[in-house]
Amino acid sequence: MITLTINQQPYQIEADPDMPLLWALRDLIGLTGTKYGCGVAQCGACVVHLNGEAVRSCVTKLSRAAGQKIVTIEGLSKNNDHPLQLAWNEVSVPQCGYCHSGQLMSAAVLLRENPNPTDQDIDNAMAGNICRCGTYPRIRKAIHLAAELQKKEGEAK
Amino acid sequence: MNTNQVSRRDFLRVSGLAGTALCLGFYFPSSAKEAEIINTTGTASSEIELNAWIHIDTNGKVTIFNHRAEMGQGSFQSVPQIIAEELEVDLKDVNIVFAQGNREKYGNQVTGGSSTIRSSYKNLLKLSATARVMLISVAAQKWAVSLADCYAASGHVFHKTSGNKFHYGELVVDASKLATPKEVILKKTSEYKLIRKPLLRQDTPLKTNGTAIFGLDKKLPGMLYATVERNPRLRGVVKSFDASAALKVPGVIKVFKVRMGVFKTFREGVAVVANSTWAAMQGKKALKVAWDDTGFEHINTADIYKRQQDSLQTQEGLFAKKQGEPDAILKQAEKTVDVVYQTPYQSHSCMEPVNCVAHYQGDKVEIWGPIQAPEWVQDYISEQLGLAKEKVIVNMTFLGGGFGRKAFMDYPHEATMISKEMSAPVQVVWTREDDATQGPYRPGISYRCQGAIKDGEITALKFRMAGQNNDHWRAGKTDQANRSTAEGFLKPYYDSIKNISFAEVQFETPIPTMWWRSVYASTNGFAYESFLDEIALAAGKDPLALRRQYLQEERSQLLIDKMEAVSGWKQRKKNEGFGVAITECFASTVGQIVKVSRAENGKIKIDQVWAVMDCGWYVNPDIIKAQVEGSIVMALGAATIHEITFKDGLVEQSNFYNYKMPRITDIPPIEVYIMENEANAGGVGEPGLPAFAPALTNAIFDLTGKRIRKLPFDLSAV
Ligand code: FES
Ligand code: FES
Repeated sequence: MITLTINQQPYQIEADPDMPLLWALRDLIGLTGTKYGCGVAQCGACVVHLNGEAVRSCVTKLSRAAGQKIVTIEGLSKNNDHPLQLAWNEVSVPQCGYCHSGQLMSAAVLLRENPNPTDQDIDNAMAGNICRCGTYPRIRKAIHLAAELQKKEGEAK
Repeated sequence: MNTNQVSRRDFLRVSGLAGTALCLGFYFPSSAKEAEIINTTGTASSEIELNAWIHIDTNGKVTIFNHRAEMGQGSFQSVPQIIAEELEVDLKDVNIVFAQGNREKYGNQVTGGSSTIRSSYKNLLKLSATARVMLISVAAQKWAVSLADCYAASGHVFHKTSGNKFHYGELVVDASKLATPKEVILKKTSEYKLIRKPLLRQDTPLKTNGTAIFGLDKKLPGMLYATVERNPRLRGVVKSFDASAALKVPGVIKVFKVRMGVFKTFREGVAVVANSTWAAMQGKKALKVAWDDTGFEHINTADIYKRQQDSLQTQEGLFAKKQGEPDAILKQAEKTVDVVYQTPYQSHSCMEPVNCVAHYQGDKVEIWGPIQAPEWVQDYISEQLGLAKEKVIVNMTFLGGGFGRKAFMDYPHEATMISKEMSAPVQVVWTREDDATQGPYRPGISYRCQGAIKDGEITALKFRMAGQNNDHWRAGKTDQANRSTAEGFLKPYYDSIKNISFAEVQFETPIPTMWWRSVYASTNGFAYESFLDEIALAAGKDPLALRRQYLQEERSQLLIDKMEAVSGWKQRKKNEGFGVAITECFASTVGQIVKVSRAENGKIKIDQVWAVMDCGWYVNPDIIKAQVEGSIVMALGAATIHEITFKDGLVEQSNFYNYKMPRITDIPPIEVYIMENEANAGGVGEPGLPAFAPALTNAIFDLTGKRIRKLPFDLSAV
C-alpha cells in the first residue's frame, strides 16, 4: 500500500513503487487534469507540485511521492480562481488547452517565488513547458496580469 | 417546408433532453447548395428524436450541437457565438454538446481545410434567425399584436409598447408546431452584438482546472489500457513475437497481434493490454518482435531529395495549371532565374499523443477519442467490421491538438480491433515515441522554380513540384496532377502574369503522408514566395512593390497598404532586414512581414513579425489573432528547428529531445491585424502559417545577402 496526499486528500493505492506519479494520478486515482506529453521530462505537460516544488510527474516515482504533499491542477484553487487561472481566462490563453495544466502549475511556482517576474524571469521559469499550439505570447501576457491580480489580492487582504 | 423531408433513418436519441421543445436543424439536399431549415421537433415519444443543431427546451435552455471538433481553433466558441447572435440569447445560456459522427445529420464533419465557419456560417445564421422568427410569431399571436411590434433579446420576446415579455421556454411548445418560415431577414454586420467581438472563449475555464476531457482522459467502467509495438518501418508484417517477458510485467493481461488500416494499406503490430497505462508501456518495452520487412523500399532522406531533384531537372510532370506559353518564353529569354527549394517531412506532434477508446459489444461498437473526422471513422469501422453504420457510434472529445493527424482512421480502427479481442472497453495509448515515429507525416517536397524577366517585368513563371501526394494514400487518381500544386499562390497573379504554369512531377515512397496544418500551402508558400523575392531582385524591384504591381485587385491592394502601414516597410533602416510574403490558404489571404537584425553575439534575431489576415466575414477577432500567433510559432518550428528524417526506412526522431519544439524563449513579438470587409468567410485555423517561413528567409536575405532555399535551417548558424 502506498499513501499519497493529493490536494489535501489522503489516498491509498496498490501499485508498483516504480510507477511514475503521473500514471497513478491518471489511471489509479482518476485525476486526469495532469497530462502525458512525452514521458521523459521534456514537455512539462505533467507538472505537479511536490512539497511546493514543480516536478515532472512522468519521471517522479511513487516511491518518491509517497507521504509527500502533492498538489495537482485540480487543487490549484477551489473555484478556478487562482490569479493565474483568472488571468488565463481574461487573456484567452489556451487553444487546445492540453499543455495548460502543466503551464499553470509551472507558472504558479514562479509567481509564488517571484511576485513581479520580468519577461526574462518568465522565459526562464517556463522554458520547460512546450505548447504545440503556440500560446507562448499569451502565457507571458497572462503571467504579468496574474502578478497584478495577486498584488491586488494581497492589498485587499 | 414539412418535416417529412427529414431523413429518419439515422436519427440520434439524445437522453437528458427530455421535454417538449423546439428543435431545428438543416436538411442537406444532395443537389442544392444551400441547406433547408427544418423543424425537427420530436414525435410523441418521451425521448426526442433529434436531427437538430439547436434545441430549446421549456426552461428556455438552449443546446447547440457542435458538429466539428474542438482542437484549439475555437469552434466551441465561434459556432455558439454565431447562433446566439441571430437567436438573441446570451452566450452563457447556451449549452454546447459535441455532436456524434453522422453525415446525414450534420453533413461534412471533417475538421480540416479551416472549414468549420466558412462552410456553415450562412446556414447557422439562417437557422438561428429562423428559430427567433418562429418564437416571435408565437408571442405576437398570443398577444394578438403584429410581428413588427415585437422583438427578441436575451432569450425573451418583448412587446415594444406594453413591455410585456415571454421567456423563450414559454413559447417553444407552440413554436414547435409552426412550419418554418421560408425567408428570414438576417442582421447587418453593423447590428452585430456578439459576432466580430473579441468575446472570451467559453472553454477556457475547463482548460484551467483540469476538467476538460480530452481523448486520453476518457474513462469507462472496466476499461483496460493498451499500447502497441508497430512496425518501425511503417509497413510490413509481424514475423513472430515473444511475449514471455511482457506477460511477466505486473498488470499485463494479454499480448496479441493486431492489424489496422492505413489508408488503402495496413500496418501490423503487437498489442499489450494491461490494467494501467504504465503496465502496458512496461510490457511493450519487454516485447520482442521480429518483422518481415520485405516487399517495400527502406528509404533514406538523402535519396528522397536526390530523386525528387533529379526528376525536376528531367521531367515536365503533369500540369495542374497552365496559361500562356511559359516554356517558349523561358527558352528565348535573356534573363532567367532557375532555382530549387526543399522542404522537410514534418510530424504533427500534437501535445496529446494519438489515442482512442473503443468498446466493442458484439453487435455494436462505441468509440471516444480526439477525432477530427467522426463520420469518416463511422464509415470506415462499419465497413471493416461489417456493422451497420448506426451500430458504430463515434464520440468526439476535446482534442489536444489535431493539425490534420487526427482526421485519420487508423487509430480508432486499431482500438476497435483490440477491444474486440478483449471483449472489454480498451484505451489505446500511443507513446510520444509512437506518435513521432509512426506518421503519417507532412510530405517533404522539392520545387523547381523558373522565371523570365524582360525590361524589369515578369514575362513567364514556371513551377514544378516533386513530393508525395496525400491523395494517393487515400486512393486518389494517379493520372492527374496533385490538385494542390498551386495552393498558396495568390489568384490575382494570374491576371497580371500571362504566362505561368504549375506542374507536379509524381513521386512516391512507402511513407504514409497526411495533411499537416495548412497542407500544401505550408510548403508551396515557401517556394513560391521565396521565388518572387528572387525575381524582384533580378528585376531590380522592391519585393513589396513587386507584389503590389502584380496583385492588382482591390483586396490585395488594401492588404498591402495595411502591411506597409503597420510595419513601416518604407522607413526601414540599414542594419535591419525586412522580408515579406503573402500567401493564400483555404480562402483567406495572409501577408506577413518579418524584421530581423544581428544581435550583439553575431546571431540573427527576429525582432518582429507583423501579420495581416484577410479572411472576409469573421466571428471572433481574438480567436483569429490567437490562431495566427499559434500558426507563426508552428511555422517557426518547422522552418528553423525540426524535421523528420529517415534512415534505412526508419524514422530518426522519437521524442522532444530530438524532434525539438519552439519554446517560450524562441518567440519573437507578433502583431496580428484583421482586414475588415464583408467578403465570404475564409479559413482561420491554418492560413496564418505559410507566409512566415518565406517572410523570414526573405528578411534574412535582405539583411545578409544569403538566400536560404532549404528548410529547416539553423537560425543561429546564418
Ligand atoms: S510528460 Fe512529463 S515532461 Fe512531458
Ligand atoms: S494550447 Fe495546445 S498545446 Fe498548448
